[in-house]
Amino acid sequence: MALDDTKRDFKVIGQRVVRPDGIDKVTGKAQYGADLILPGMLWGAVVRSPHAHAKILKIDASEALKLDGVEAVVTRADFVEQKGDNFADNLDNIMAGKKALYDGHAVAAVAATSQRLANKAAKLVKVEYEILPHVTEVDEAMKADAPVLHEGRKYTGAPAGSGPNVTHYQDYGHGDLDAGFAKADMVIERSFKSEGVHQGYIEPHACVANYNTDGRGETWVCTQGPFMIRDFTAAFNGFNISQVRVTPSEIGGGFGGKAHIFIEPVAAALSKKTGRPVKMAMTRSEVLRATGPTISGHIDVKIGMKKDGTITAGYLGMRAQGGAYPSGTVDMATQAAFAAYDLENVKSEGWNVVTNRPKEAAYRAPGAPLGVWGVESVLDELCQELNLDPMEVRIKNAAKKGTKSSYGPTFDDMGLLTALEAAKAHPHWNAPLDGPNKGRGLSCGFWFNFGGATSVSLQINSDGTASVTEGNPDIGGSRASISMMAAETLGLPFEKVRTIVADTNSIGFNQETNGSRVTFAVGLATIKAAEAAIKVMCGRAAKIWGIDEEAVDWVDGAAVPSGPNAGDFPPMTLAEIAKVAVQTGGPIAGHHEVTADGAGVSFGVHIADVEVDPETGKTTVLRYTAFQDAGKAIHPDYVEGQMQGGAVQGIGWALNEEYIYGADGRLQNDGFLDYRIPVASDLPMIDAVILEIPNPGHPYGVRGVGETGIVPPLAAIGNAVSRATGVRMTKLPMSPPTVLKAIS
Amino acid sequence: MVAVRLLGSMRSAIGGAEMVEVEAANTIQMLNALKREYPVLTDIIEGGVSVAIDGLVYENAWFTEIKPDSEVVIMPLMKGG
Amino acid sequence: MSKLHVTTTINGDSREFLCEPEDTLLDALRNTLGLTGAKEGCATGDCGACSVTVNGRLVCSCLMLAAEAEGQEIDTIEGMADHDKLHPLQKHFLEGAALQCGICTPGFLVAAKALLDKNPDPTETEIRYHLAGNLCRCTGYDKIIRAVQNAAAEMRGA
Repeated sequence: MALDDTKRDFKVIGQRVVRPDGIDKVTGKAQYGADLILPGMLWGAVVRSPHAHAKILKIDASEALKLDGVEAVVTRADFVEQKGDNFADNLDNIMAGKKALYDGHAVAAVAATSQRLANKAAKLVKVEYEILPHVTEVDEAMKADAPVLHEGRKYTGAPAGSGPNVTHYQDYGHGDLDAGFAKADMVIERSFKSEGVHQGYIEPHACVANYNTDGRGETWVCTQGPFMIRDFTAAFNGFNISQVRVTPSEIGGGFGGKAHIFIEPVAAALSKKTGRPVKMAMTRSEVLRATGPTISGHIDVKIGMKKDGTITAGYLGMRAQGGAYPSGTVDMATQAAFAAYDLENVKSEGWNVVTNRPKEAAYRAPGAPLGVWGVESVLDELCQELNLDPMEVRIKNAAKKGTKSSYGPTFDDMGLLTALEAAKAHPHWNAPLDGPNKGRGLSCGFWFNFGGATSVSLQINSDGTASVTEGNPDIGGSRASISMMAAETLGLPFEKVRTIVADTNSIGFNQETNGSRVTFAVGLATIKAAEAAIKVMCGRAAKIWGIDEEAVDWVDGAAVPSGPNAGDFPPMTLAEIAKVAVQTGGPIAGHHEVTADGAGVSFGVHIADVEVDPETGKTTVLRYTAFQDAGKAIHPDYVEGQMQGGAVQGIGWALNEEYIYGADGRLQNDGFLDYRIPVASDLPMIDAVILEIPNPGHPYGVRGVGETGIVPPLAAIGNAVSRATGVRMTKLPMSPPTVLKAIS
Repeated sequence: MVAVRLLGSMRSAIGGAEMVEVEAANTIQMLNALKREYPVLTDIIEGGVSVAIDGLVYENAWFTEIKPDSEVVIMPLMKGG
Repeated sequence: MSKLHVTTTINGDSREFLCEPEDTLLDALRNTLGLTGAKEGCATGDCGACSVTVNGRLVCSCLMLAAEAEGQEIDTIEGMADHDKLHPLQKHFLEGAALQCGICTPGFLVAAKALLDKNPDPTETEIRYHLAGNLCRCTGYDKIIRAVQNAAAEMRGA
């Protein structure tokens, strides 16, 4: 069976089929986190700290519990204390212990017979606080005399002599910076500043927990990681993992923000305490105040260039805050910053600091947009100053196969140059941009892409169809692409395969839906599971024919003798073999469990045209084109969708979105009116150009495409605005007041 | 012997060397050898690292083969969104 | 505390329900009537995920009191398809991959239908402004706008 050959001639893959969960989603039938109603269900509500930093002296729930219909209150005392930073920090984040560390930090929760009553009861829980000085800004938090979030805690990653809130430092690079800068004809140094932004999924976190006092039960939840929810829920409540079953609902967006634990163990605790199902659903304000925004901070960049456009040296340093608990996301910002370039001398370094803000959560290519923004902005300015074509400069310096990357490893096959050449040849790049106040910006982008622990199970049904069971919530159409890969491998039409996302008892462990891993890793495991089923089917055909199993091949959905010596039998189709499966040895299925590696790096290139109104500072995006290497696009519509959606999230980050904290440390814009994500009238069409440079690490050449799209827009827009206004933009978001201040 | 390129924090911990050589034929042998020869790296390694071997990044792969001429780079533990 | 009795028409069927005076129409639809197609994304009228029409007029059901539904005709996503026949907007959203996670989809479909009922041949700009009260975080709106254009063309017989 020549199944391991990299396949290039596809029947199903590359088609634009209608997704299998589509009708449910256009008719309102699809069930999301907050849509489940169980008999006897209670509603939970969380009591949250109004203070950015305060000691919790006393919690008195007696008034709340007096209300008719209020059934239970839980506080930190109801949870099992954890060992190890990851579990301990997560517990402290979902339910504060001795201190509240940010505005919106959970301190207690109540369960009552209605949502309204639960909210009313939450207001009656009296919490006595001792307010402490707080710090929300990075450079303030880094000082030796800053308010300390975690007194006495030692951070092994912090350099000697750091302030008490510095948790982490790391540096990357190679070569000799000084020598490199000495060779440059021009060196530009710039400092940049970003604000926190939120993933902004439209569905707030929601779950229904149904547990008994024996520690056995179930959780229904919108999450990127049902197994992660299971493991934390079990640990925090003292349950045995085997007794906790988590069923992922449909998920209304996540972008990394739902790869974390928040209300789910709390709902389980309330359910255990009352013996009844408990539903919890966050408000938008709770989502913004208490779930993860990105890291944010200051970025210093210094790049040297020769007159011919050769980059001689590059430096980037980032001081980041990741909210109230240690975060390593700055590492990804600093590693990604120079990844697109083949450099002799490069260094990047990053510091992380804790502040009185919500715990940072992953957001689509976590960290990478910030590092790349800084580097691509300074590159663009060098091109302006040296009068060089920004496209040619990028092509000249582009990383390629064999390049020693700025973060260490040497690159294999990858599509950056192909994307740059496609962008250079595209009508957008060559169209005139006439009139005042307009500018065109260009940026490259990079993301690592991940694989990870994955399990897939596949059964062959008696009518000649196949059912696939996987464990990664489908955020952007992955059930379609998984079904397509199974159909392709088995030789079935798409309509004869159905893929479901199962609960945690029905499939082996899976890492979260994140890191652009699902189409790559679940796809890979699906192909292997289908191959395992094919091996069984070839064996059955061999038995029926009375020949050796090795003498049977699988071609176009049927078993065939491998050659003239094997015997003269007509092809036996999957349906024919499936029909007699029970009689020929038993049900036919295949499964595959793996920690998938070889995800293959991802590159993209974006071009943006903007017009800036000099009177108001408002930026209008006139035209936008994204180019990205997908390895092999399984379902091109949803690849384009990832590119378009990522681009628009990046445009929002570039132009509008920001966390605004008051002097009191409280979030000032905790709703969609003031935390303004892009709307339809803000945007043009987003042209998506898919390039396909096969990933050697996947049987069909797939690369993850989910995250790279958000990386280039910050600089593509920033470079366009800078060229339109003649002033280099160094602060995000480039909202009208910021731009107006910069140009006046 | 395989040459291992260290993470920045590891370099400072052992006094600046960018590369070290250890005897190892797979990832776990390489990490154990590092801990044995440079005990000061134990905390960093046990806190979690990724390892890039010949350009591919591995998060949790003890038995991935390392050849004598393999390019081995220690990276931080990373997470996507 | 006594509940209010409300008689209304939902998706062409006459319905009765009880509600608290402060309940929103969205609360009543989702928690009392089991019509969970309308979603709560913000509860402040900023995201449009809870869009329904009241006597043909597009409203955020999170901003309308349930008691105000008395005697009105409410249409929700659950009533958009004609039994087993999808509305052209639903069909074009599917065929054009105009949804990823799908949480905003019911609101977009209800809002787009309200537009096409009044303006069968909207320009791209008109579509973008009409749908500016509906937030989508996955698609970047591109495929949504195209799906509305394609559905409008089909409905006009173009």
